[in-house]
Amino acid sequence: MGLPPGPGALFSQGPENHVSTQTQSIVTAEAESKSVRQAMRQVRRAEKGKVPTTEGKRAQNRRETVAGYGFLLPWMLGFLGLTVGPMIFSLYLAFTKYNLFTAPEWVGLDNFVRMFTEDPQFMQSVQITLVYVLVGTPIKLAAALAIAMLLNYRNKGSGFFRSSFYAPSLIGASVSVAIVWRAMFSTDGPVDSSLSLFGIELGGWVGNVDLVMPMMILLAVWQFGAPMVIFLAGLKQIPQELYEAAEVDGAGPMRKFRSVTIPMLSSVIFFNLLLETINAFQVFASAFIISNGSGGPAGMTNFYTVYLYKRGFADGQMGYAAAMAWVLVIVVAVIAFILFKTQKSWVHYAGENR
Amino acid sequence: MSTIEVPRAELLEVATEPQPTRRRRIKRKTVNTIIWFVVLLAITAVILYPLVWLAFSTFKPSSEFGQNPGLIPDNPTVDNYFKVIEGIGGTPLWRFFANSLFIAVMAVIGTLISSALAAYAFARIKFKGAGVLFAAMIGTLLLPFHVIIIPQYIIFNRLELIDTYWPLILPKFLATEAFFVFLIVQFIRNIPRDMDEAARIDGAGHVRIFFSIILPLIKPALITSAIFTFIWTWNDFLGPLLYVNSPEKYPLPIALRLYNDATSTSDYGATVAVSFLALLPILIFFIVFQRFLVDGVATQGLKG
Repeated sequence: MGLPPGPGALFSQGPENHVSTQTQSIVTAEAESKSVRQAMRQVRRAEKGKVPTTEGKRAQNRRETVAGYGFLLPWMLGFLGLTVGPMIFSLYLAFTKYNLFTAPEWVGLDNFVRMFTEDPQFMQSVQITLVYVLVGTPIKLAAALAIAMLLNYRNKGSGFFRSSFYAPSLIGASVSVAIVWRAMFSTDGPVDSSLSLFGIELGGWVGNVDLVMPMMILLAVWQFGAPMVIFLAGLKQIPQELYEAAEVDGAGPMRKFRSVTIPMLSSVIFFNLLLETINAFQVFASAFIISNGSGGPAGMTNFYTVYLYKRGFADGQMGYAAAMAWVLVIVVAVIAFILFKTQKSWVHYAGENR
Repeated sequence: MSTIEVPRAELLEVATEPQPTRRRRIKRKTVNTIIWFVVLLAITAVILYPLVWLAFSTFKPSSEFGQNPGLIPDNPTVDNYFKVIEGIGGTPLWRFFANSLFIAVMAVIGTLISSALAAYAFARIKFKGAGVLFAAMIGTLLLPFHVIIIPQYIIFNRLELIDTYWPLILPKFLATEAFFVFLIVQFIRNIPRDMDEAARIDGAGHVRIFFSIILPLIKPALITSAIFTFIWTWNDFLGPLLYVNSPEKYPLPIALRLYNDATSTSDYGATVAVSFLALLPILIFFIVFQRFLVDGVATQGLKG
């Protein structure tokens, strides 16, 4: 085998020649696994030639299916038992009152009504989470793109910087970093005292209602390395000729950025935007540690997931927390849906018409 | 930083120009390169400063915190390290490290086995429902994990597995991190089929092909998955926060919280020292394996 998958190539050994032997059924199955289209072609060819392959093929198919599910068994168990099953269970819980010790009590839409009409903490939590996602993610992606372009300017020596900038992404969500961050931004800490040198007296950021959000966003932006590495890989794919052509047409740096870099990078931007937005909704450990689990000051670090944890596991309101989780799923699904829907108008995939 | 580093094409292009212009060009190029280096070094300094600050601060006595925000300790001491090695609440520090290490190693083993098996099925076996299941697996990549932690907690609570490591390790053996399945699928798809086809003609089944052909070839993907699994598990906070209650079973992130809560007012030095020690294995891992990690992200578009 290993022939180029051109149309007739697979059939040079032709089904007609080796009728219904073991080898032939393997050859048939191989052709099938090459690609769906080839498989269909094969079937059509076999039908036309009236080759009696159906029996052997069915047995082969059955064997493939058994093998497939055999290899997938651990994943299937996890998927059904730890993902799909729990999702259905939590959907049910969302309509109940449940504290882990007594049986769930059906309350209909009460949890959702309470969330949106009589729980100011929930509304505040939604608000600060949205600010964090809508402000933090664009800044993080802009920083990632800017520094990726800077790195792309020169190949030699950029490897060291690429790795250094990536390191924070790897450890940013850890408890250690949250502790460091709190120390950095505390009263008379490194940030406060450096700013004092410039005559800016802000005091500690951690306990300050207005500054704790910027501090959290800075922590997110600090982890720009992961999207940066992906941007950099995307930038390296852009053909240099496009820039040269643009230059010949008299384009300046801004014009080249707008008309070459952005469109050529749009699929990578889409990918990063989707992942980073969804990840930002799920910030937990750093907010939890920085506020000592309280979500303070004045609820300003009471991010959605922190509040969900408090309701579900500290207060034992598991029904309410399940309802909150489903609201988050729906919000994330809507955002993903909108991004996928709008990508047609702004995402350019290589190989399409320009 | 000298003229030698100017790209080839540039040299060829300028070679035909008159002498003075060429020299000026090369000079401008050199100046640009120097600016480039200086700017990037400045960014590096800002980005790595918190980590460097952490490392230096572990040598500050607790009384210095709040008074000396700078890098260099006024009265350097190694007392913090001696203090934290004793541990906290009767549990020695090495115990937390051992717990973290055990969980992380089990997670790596589980993830590699289950993800490689699932990835082989998706990449190489044609069976009914493969497309739908693959799409479902990709779907779980985007699913916020909060929707499953509550019912998962209830299930593990029913099974009386709270305060054991089962809830942290079992999911890894069931390939719940779809990222790694996806990463390995992509890797297998790039391996030419010639060899497994030859093996099949010789009568080898999927099990043989998987173990003797595919497994050795996907080593790079397995290494990347192993490193990421190790680091993510090592850093994981929510999992052990929910499931591990007894201090002698705490992994590092939860133990760290103990230091942070119990001693932050009186003994900041100890907290900082443990924070640094907890990060150290990951930083070492990163320095050793950075190529696998960064290239893994670049090619597969993995999250951080």
